[in-house]
Amino acid sequence: MATVSVPAEGARGGLLRRPTATTGFWSWITTVDHKRIGILYGITAFAFFLIGGIEALFIRLQLAQPDGKILSASTYNEFFTMHGVTMIFLVVMPLSAAFFNYFIPLQIGARDVAFPRLNAFTYWAFLAGGLFIYSGFFLGGAPNGGWFGYAPLSTVEPGNNMLFYALGLLMTGIASTASAMNLAVTIINMRAPGMTMFRMPVFMWMALVVQLLLAFALPIITVGLFQMLFDRRFGTHFFDPAAGGDPVLWQHMFWLFGHPEVYILILPAMGIVSEVLPVFARKPLFGYQFVVFSGIAIGFIGFGVWAHHMFAVGLGPVANTAFGISTLIIAVPTGVKIFNWMGTLWKGDIRFTTPMLFAVAFIGQFVVGGLSGVTHAVVPADYQQTDTYYIVAHFHYVLFGGAIFGLFSGVYYWWPKVFGRMLDERIGKLHFWLMVIGFNLTFGPMHILGLQGMPRRIQTYPATLGLGAWNMVATIGAFVIATSVLIFVLNAIASFRRPMDAGADPWDARTLEWSVSSPPPAYNFEEIPVVHSLDELWHRKYAETEGGVVVPVPAGGAGTDPAHDSGGAGPEGHGAGGHAIHLPGQSYFPFVAALGLPLIGYGVIFHLWMAVAGSVVLLVGVYGWAMEPASE
Amino acid sequence: MESVHTFESEHEATSTGLPNTKLAMWLFLASDCLLFGALISTYVLYRGASLVGPYPSEVFDIPYTSVSSFVLLASSLTMVLALAAIQRGEMGRMRVWLLATALLGMTFVGGQVYEFTTFYREGLSLSTNLFGTTFYVLTGFHGTHVGVGVLMLLSLVAMSFTGRITPRDTMAVELVGLYWHFVDIVWIVIFTVVYLIPTGK
Amino acid sequence: MERADVREPASPTPPRARGRTVRHPSPKEYVRIAVVLAVVTAMEVGIYYAKISRALLIPLLLIFAAVKFVLVVLWYMHLRFDSRTYARFFMIGVAGAVTLYLVVLLTFRAFSG
Repeated sequence: MATVSVPAEGARGGLLRRPTATTGFWSWITTVDHKRIGILYGITAFAFFLIGGIEALFIRLQLAQPDGKILSASTYNEFFTMHGVTMIFLVVMPLSAAFFNYFIPLQIGARDVAFPRLNAFTYWAFLAGGLFIYSGFFLGGAPNGGWFGYAPLSTVEPGNNMLFYALGLLMTGIASTASAMNLAVTIINMRAPGMTMFRMPVFMWMALVVQLLLAFALPIITVGLFQMLFDRRFGTHFFDPAAGGDPVLWQHMFWLFGHPEVYILILPAMGIVSEVLPVFARKPLFGYQFVVFSGIAIGFIGFGVWAHHMFAVGLGPVANTAFGISTLIIAVPTGVKIFNWMGTLWKGDIRFTTPMLFAVAFIGQFVVGGLSGVTHAVVPADYQQTDTYYIVAHFHYVLFGGAIFGLFSGVYYWWPKVFGRMLDERIGKLHFWLMVIGFNLTFGPMHILGLQGMPRRIQTYPATLGLGAWNMVATIGAFVIATSVLIFVLNAIASFRRPMDAGADPWDARTLEWSVSSPPPAYNFEEIPVVHSLDELWHRKYAETEGGVVVPVPAGGAGTDPAHDSGGAGPEGHGAGGHAIHLPGQSYFPFVAALGLPLIGYGVIFHLWMAVAGSVVLLVGVYGWAMEPASE
Repeated sequence: MESVHTFESEHEATSTGLPNTKLAMWLFLASDCLLFGALISTYVLYRGASLVGPYPSEVFDIPYTSVSSFVLLASSLTMVLALAAIQRGEMGRMRVWLLATALLGMTFVGGQVYEFTTFYREGLSLSTNLFGTTFYVLTGFHGTHVGVGVLMLLSLVAMSFTGRITPRDTMAVELVGLYWHFVDIVWIVIFTVVYLIPTGK
Repeated sequence: MERADVREPASPTPPRARGRTVRHPSPKEYVRIAVVLAVVTAMEVGIYYAKISRALLIPLLLIFAAVKFVLVVLWYMHLRFDSRTYARFFMIGVAGAVTLYLVVLLTFRAFSG
């Protein structure tokens, strides 16, 4: 067994001595372990998923019939805004972050991320931002200007609602920016010996592209949000036509970020699918390099299509044409991925486990969403589609049918690794089928509703429009989805009643995280593995005979027995076992620093002295972080 | 030739051979380009579009602001001299140059504060017109970046007195230096685009 | 201000550590760069006051700014002597910012008329 060293209690530092609790409440507050941080992100994101889902149910109840009376117009505005803000910023992004945090070090063969305390800070800042936005419900009004916050409505409408929006998203933006620096450097710089970039799992490539997208897109929305904040709070005129300003500037700022954002939302799920399909088809990913390059291309081109959200704004035929073309182009690398996934399945030895079902559904549903997206790229067609339920159908197919399904695939796939127990397969399949049926029942009809002229962002519609029937179907579908989510929750709870008996590699998988115990030890790997190929674990377990038949490698031969704990002894190992493994020390200060952020936020809205106090707390956090003794 | 050669190493070996912190700092600076780009292009977009005065030509004092620019450029020199000092192990010299940099930075910020209060007295506030809106927010963001930089510089000086910064810690000074020079090059752009390029108004 | 002899690197080379040896300009070189920066700034202010057309003034000012920008980035920020990786990251930021915002300004027809 390896010797793990952590700083001794009270050894140095006095007031700044590092905390050392490994269990209990404070151990979670002070954790810098990427696996714990991943779990925190995952639980919080799931809680927000339930809340965002309830908001959706209210929306569907309101719209089930014409002249709905369940929600007032102003409440409806808050609910549909918060549903969007929640699902995008507080569910899909942090759920992806959960997987990134947990699995990046494990898949690249590292012990932790590049900056463990910064990692902890990003979680607390995200939590602070999410709670801050929701506190609007209790402090005068939740954000109500749509998740996209178009000016001048968002800058002129009375109330503090959009201040919660701007400040809250600035906080979550800080979290994501810091995370981007951290994880990008981790992937580039902390890979195990022998793991070249092209021996990394596809999930790692997608993670890297996402971090770079975040790094370059977030600053733009940061400026936009400050401009919105200043217009509301300090009387500036960024989006004020009366002073010569232009509300369209907000749209550019927003969508310059917003479009890369949607690729930030989908690439992690695509990465998960790229991991899951090969495992359950018992075949390597078809065209690994094409999948990687397509992901990079999507990220890059993703910065060149933003004004396709603005076709009806009046940018003129030249701009519209240019962006229409770039939008059509971006469908190509996406299509390449689809074909490579299909190639992976072709003639594979397929097991339809729950993660596999979710991954396959992802492909089908994402294609539907992608196809409607291509129709939007045809500018004259978009003139009819824009601001209707046809668009709502499109983005739910890619974000729910795509991203959420992909993320659930990851949940079922990686659950045994994180928690040491499997999720029940039969309940999982019930969850899956109910969710597929419910999802398509809810959002399929919206294509029709949109083309029949039902506008977006309205709290009701008159009976004379004939939209009631499909709306009712959609609402029924929404409750089927809700039932399926409930079933998942029951599956999760049930799994914790089982003993931790999943074993290191229950799926007979291909990548390094399955070479360590479930859950992994705090230090991840006894010995940092030396990597010789893509799908390193697979090649340690199996070799191909001359006839091309895959046969297991005898244990103790070229590699390790995956049922056991270690990451490699013998010639594969990195020197003899027994030397101490240094783990990064825990710290209070990421938590303290993050605490300053909502104080600043409330200060900007209510009392400026609170903003000063918040800045002091932030400074104390940062200085403590800088000054505390290094973890030896 | 009096150049110094240093060995850039890390506690852990990294995949690229480059230190994590420096890689992260360059990525951060690259992303900060997007931030200032947004602010600067907003200014350019609204240049000449204010419906009421005061207008830039009425309030700008180019000789005054040029002195500010010289001050900030000089601070980049003192910053890099501080780095050269610690690379030679000359802690005392390093402190002198770091303090000089901080002082020049504070002079710059002080100059900006004086400039803003003068403009304000001449009738230009955040809410007066588009010029006030875009100018104060752009230069305010920049000034805040300078302020954070000054804090970091003073912290380095203090930490060198308490022994937390030793001749081994050239990376810390280098990282603060990179940030500081970035703030300087942003000002190079702002000085030209905002102050020197005429609006015709 | 500086000694004539070359000093040993401040930190001793740890065994088995990876890294690279980088050359740094001498303080004299840094001062020379600073002088150039000051001169270019003076020239910028000079042509600002000179009676030349906008069509000539604006490109000249942009060129001068670019010269200063590049000097600080290459020498003071050390990109001339450092690994290309840093430069690549930074160039993505600079090129990305310039391109994206230029397109935005063009859609507003900010440069016409």
